[in-house]
Amino acid sequence: MTEPRPTPVLEARGLVKRYGHVTALDGADFQLLAGEILAVIGDNGAGKSTLIKALAGAIIPDAGEILLDGKPVRFHSPLDARRQGIETVYQDLAVAPAMSIAENLFLGREPKRTGLLGWLGALDKKRMLAEAMRHMQSLKIGIRSMKQAVETLSGGQRQGVAVARSAAFARHVVIMDEPTAALGVKEGNMVLELIRRVRDRGLPVILISHNMPHVFEIADRIHIARLGKRAAVVNPKHISMSDTVAVMTGAKRPEELPAQAFA
Amino acid sequence: MLPDVATVPPTSTRGRLLAHLPPVATLGPLLALFLAGAFFTSQTDRFLSGSNFSLILQQVMVVGVVAIGQTLVILTAGIDLSCGMLMAIGSIVTTKLAVDSEMNPYLAILCGLLVSTAFGFLNGALITRVKLPPFIVTLGTLNIAFAITQIYSKSQTISALPEALEYFGRTFRVGQTAVTYGTVLMLIMYLIAWFVLRDTAPGRHVYALGNNAEATRLMGIDTARMLLIVYTLAGLVYGIAGLLLVARTGVGDPQAGQTDNLDSITAVVLGGTSLFGGRGNILGTLLGALIVGVFRNGLTLMGVASVYQILITGILVILAVTTDQLSRRKG
Repeated sequence: MTEPRPTPVLEARGLVKRYGHVTALDGADFQLLAGEILAVIGDNGAGKSTLIKALAGAIIPDAGEILLDGKPVRFHSPLDARRQGIETVYQDLAVAPAMSIAENLFLGREPKRTGLLGWLGALDKKRMLAEAMRHMQSLKIGIRSMKQAVETLSGGQRQGVAVARSAAFARHVVIMDEPTAALGVKEGNMVLELIRRVRDRGLPVILISHNMPHVFEIADRIHIARLGKRAAVVNPKHISMSDTVAVMTGAKRPEELPAQAFA
Repeated sequence: MLPDVATVPPTSTRGRLLAHLPPVATLGPLLALFLAGAFFTSQTDRFLSGSNFSLILQQVMVVGVVAIGQTLVILTAGIDLSCGMLMAIGSIVTTKLAVDSEMNPYLAILCGLLVSTAFGFLNGALITRVKLPPFIVTLGTLNIAFAITQIYSKSQTISALPEALEYFGRTFRVGQTAVTYGTVLMLIMYLIAWFVLRDTAPGRHVYALGNNAEATRLMGIDTARMLLIVYTLAGLVYGIAGLLLVARTGVGDPQAGQTDNLDSITAVVLGGTSLFGGRGNILGTLLGALIVGVFRNGLTLMGVASVYQILITGILVILAVTTDQLSRRKG
């Protein structure tokens, strides 16, 4: 017997998803531990994005189960997953450009005022601005005015708004889908730093990325998806980038890796 | 070593300045209105008077109300070509029921509003359920509503209306100036729309939807339902515009509403709302409607032929869109 591991924050067992003749997920397993950054990598068609969609509630798997804090859950929509405290940062910067930072942070979850105006539906804009400032500052995103329209920000700062939104409302997990893909080098590094800060605040992060240097710089563990399954989970400190890519593409079988490479 | 996020300069000085100023789009129409007012005051003695302003308000009352619905729709990045016809069909249903069928006038009003609202709902349902483009859907309902209006009224103007239908055309006195109840209703509707769009979650979601529909959906907002509600509400607003039309003209006119779609879009655009959705201000639309009204009124007082008024309206629209585009390109 190995020593008992702590209960994963988010776990999937034997997920299956078929689209017609194509099997996108073929009994995929997944484990996210508390306080970690878990990178999920895989070639195109490895089932990586289908796995993430299942975890984020964007698709419903045909078979298998998902456990949140050890309890089975079923997500019928992204909203279900959000209600359970799983927030997703989407690749294509899902923000409303002409609206303010504060409004983007609270989109769909706006706090109402008290009293008559609140009864009429008026929003508590002061509170939105103050809380937005607090959330952005806690991630050390230096923006002076929360009234500023998101379109006046740089790409990295916009991604910062999306990350802050997820970190503010996630109770369990933040999923980040290619958060640095649309960014330049400097801004990409900025977002990596944000991801670390989210983890350091105690929220585990699932990072989907094609960028191997980013993955190796930031991930605590790397989940390698291949042919609709989990090929291996490796420790970036004890495996080379080229071996990782070899497993991902099938050039190397996981059994060929040294024992300490696994995590 | 990674750069500290806080040390990255957050934004240019210019960006910060812009964040504190109202957008050019809302200042422009106000300025244009003042300039037009000043110009006409210098050209004719009859322009600057309470009764003339009251007249301008009466003249823009109907298209002003239609433009409220149009603004809602355009903010969602849609367009409503059917607005004038939905107004006309509502006014014809109301007047015909009240006069020819001798129905209780208040019940007739309710029926007219219901018909306009039902057409708005039809627009919304076709756009959200069948996923057709708003331009095509409303072009279709424009023709359907027009044809039904002609068939139902046999293209006959309906006159001798009961008093209740003319209520919004009646006036009360503020000092020397007679003000119609209809213009008061229009102003109240603008204030309500302004509050809802600016200060409530549904209002902000209309902007978000026009800005980035997919992002809004991903944030858990039911965008299809919102669109359906917007088009249905717009239908109701056109129905109310129909009531004002009947009250102002004193007849049920089956030929009414044929230019209100373009006139309302003109008011929306002059008011600084973007035709691409998600940006703009409902009070700008009121200013836009007033600009058109002031130009028509002032030029009429100066004795300029009405074709020139149309010419100038066209130039204004192009100028408004150009300044809007240019100011945005810089930002």
